Amino acid sequence: MTENLKNVPTVAELFANGESPEILFWVGCAGSFDDRAKKITGAFIRILNSIQIKFAVLGTEEGCTGDPARRAGNEFLFQMLAANNIALMNGYGIKKIVTTCPHCFNILKNEYPELGGNYEVMHHTSFLQSLIDEGKLTVQGGAFKGKRITFHDSCYLGRANQIYEAPRNVLAKLDGALTEMKSCKSKGLCCGAGGAQMWKEAEHGQKEINIERTEQALEVKPDIIASACPFCNTMMTDGVKIKNKEDEVKVFDVAELIAMANQLMA
Amino acid sequence: MHIVLQVVFAIVFGFAAWMATRKFLAIRRNIFLGRPENLSDQKGRRWQHMLLFALGQKKMFKKPIPAILHLFIYVSFVIVNIEVLEIIIDGVTGSHRFFAPYLGGFYTFMISMIELLSVLALIATFAFLWRRNVMKLKRLNQPELKGWPFKDANFILLMEIVLVTAILTMNATDFRLQQLGAAHYHDTGNLLIAQYTSNIFMGIGTDTLIAIERTAWWLHIIGILFFLNYIPYSKHLHIILAFPNSYYVRFSEKGKMDNMPVIMNEVKTMLDPSAQVEPIANPPKTFGAKDVTDLTWKHLMDAYSCTECGRCTAACPANITGKLLSPRKIMMDTRDRLEEVGKQIQLHGPDFSDNKSLLGDYITTEELRACTTCNACVEECPVNISPLSIILELRRYTIMEQSDAPQEWNLMFNNMENNQAPWQFNPADRLNWKDEV
Ligand code: SF4
Ligand code: SF4
Repeated sequence: MTENLKNVPTVAELFANGESPEILFWVGCAGSFDDRAKKITGAFIRILNSIQIKFAVLGTEEGCTGDPARRAGNEFLFQMLAANNIALMNGYGIKKIVTTCPHCFNILKNEYPELGGNYEVMHHTSFLQSLIDEGKLTVQGGAFKGKRITFHDSCYLGRANQIYEAPRNVLAKLDGALTEMKSCKSKGLCCGAGGAQMWKEAEHGQKEINIERTEQALEVKPDIIASACPFCNTMMTDGVKIKNKEDEVKVFDVAELIAMANQLMA
Repeated sequence: MHIVLQVVFAIVFGFAAWMATRKFLAIRRNIFLGRPENLSDQKGRRWQHMLLFALGQKKMFKKPIPAILHLFIYVSFVIVNIEVLEIIIDGVTGSHRFFAPYLGGFYTFMISMIELLSVLALIATFAFLWRRNVMKLKRLNQPELKGWPFKDANFILLMEIVLVTAILTMNATDFRLQQLGAAHYHDTGNLLIAQYTSNIFMGIGTDTLIAIERTAWWLHIIGILFFLNYIPYSKHLHIILAFPNSYYVRFSEKGKMDNMPVIMNEVKTMLDPSAQVEPIANPPKTFGAKDVTDLTWKHLMDAYSCTECGRCTAACPANITGKLLSPRKIMMDTRDRLEEVGKQIQLHGPDFSDNKSLLGDYITTEELRACTTCNACVEECPVNISPLSIILELRRYTIMEQSDAPQEWNLMFNNMENNQAPWQFNPADRLNWKDEV
């Protein structure tokens, strides 16, 4: 890591000074607690700092969006968590949210409004694309020249919300060779973590889903598997390890690749 | 045609139409056993969607070869109805090829088109039989198709062959009879296929030809009437229900789960006793679904619309990796159970009890738990069905009514409740990453 993060303002701090952030960065549980996902959070924060945008996080006030509870079937728990988050964000007058987790993105964007939480919600890949389009972010692609990159679609970004191009457009700035797996975009195969599967053993079967997906990825002989979801990242990282390919194939989030390209992190 | 035959025809036709109507009404009643769901907004957009997906078969064309073959059968089925209409008029009034004198050259064109499409449909039918029985395409040979569903699929294809053969024979002999100048067989012009196939019947006497022509005629119409009564018991119901099912599509993003306003209100008033909540008009009897009547009418129409094509299952990550879950089976089970419930209501009235339910007797918790909510099944379905939506409703019942969760999920729930995260971390440590990365 290049250096510790200096600037991670919380909404509460801004609020105490009578200010509010332009965007709220919704970190999510994985981004806050999971060791691998924390690195994605760090990368995205570095990008935010590099473009001088007024952002903040909720910090210790943030709570799980409730996605795994709702998908497992526990609506009560979901509604409780959602109500708390909505009360908090409405209290702060939050308008715009960016998140690095497609599950948080989906639920904040599609499911909070009917509970009273109306925000403009963006996934970080769409956000990065808009920064590039607006000229606020320039990507120095050189470091990835000649690298084969394959993008694994996250279900909650792709099929669930029709976002297929934003992450690819951002990756295209890296000067690498983008190669598609045989099932991609609307046909992209799940990594196996969604629907609260992340927190339990898979049901009885012949194979783990992440292995199936990793094999599809390895078929295109990538140097890098790019993901846009902390859970996909974990699943693919595990898959690559199990296939004994961790020396040749790396799994990175789109944000990490951009941060590396711009030498914001090692 | 003889008056006796006209009467026989009228009786056969009337009986078939009555039987079919009864069954279709029963299906309609069964669908409305479901809970209410409002899908009547955005009418213009709905029409457009239906034209594109049902009439235009937009999703089918993701796989072009089966799409074209299927299109042959589909278009020939639609267009052959013009001829069926004529057969009905002829049958009741005793006329022969009623439309021919009025339409002249257009009649020749129309019947020629029907012939052409019939031949194309025949080719498609053989291709489909081949794919199912010789190539043994995986998605057409999976466990949930064992028994009746597999036979149903083949039976329909065989019947298609009989119907098409009947129509082609009818036209060929008719054409030959015209050449021979037989009474009543008036000029239809040069029919595209019959002008050649009529040669098969060279050297056969007029009487025999008439007998063959009549047999083919009766075979065709009886086949059609039988088909009409067969569809409501078969996966072929989709040829009708694909239309309303595409019209009443859910327009929300696929990722959005249905809200449960009852629980939302309860939680809101619990957290803030002074909160204003909108009262719920038709609160559901249970949290989530145990049986078909706990699902909405749209779920139930989905079940009747399923073509059993298995595109959903072929794309399902759980199924691909050998888990018990098959989204197609979810739809088939829902329909089977709904038919059973319908029968029970017919026999014992709406308050019947057979101590059975969709959850448990048809679909197991193991199947439900294998779902990653990836939406691949929803994406693939050519008739806009969401197996996922049913899966999630059933899951809700297992968790909230049966408290039946895997141990790891209970732990996760506990963590979420106490730590606002699915893992066992202290919420006060939620920003610690700041100094770590
Ligand atoms: S949503 Fe569930 S049932 Fe549908 S394809 Fe994905 S895992 Fe299978
Ligand atoms: S749900 Fe749709 S995709 Fe699945 S078998 Fe039925 S029609 Fe085919």
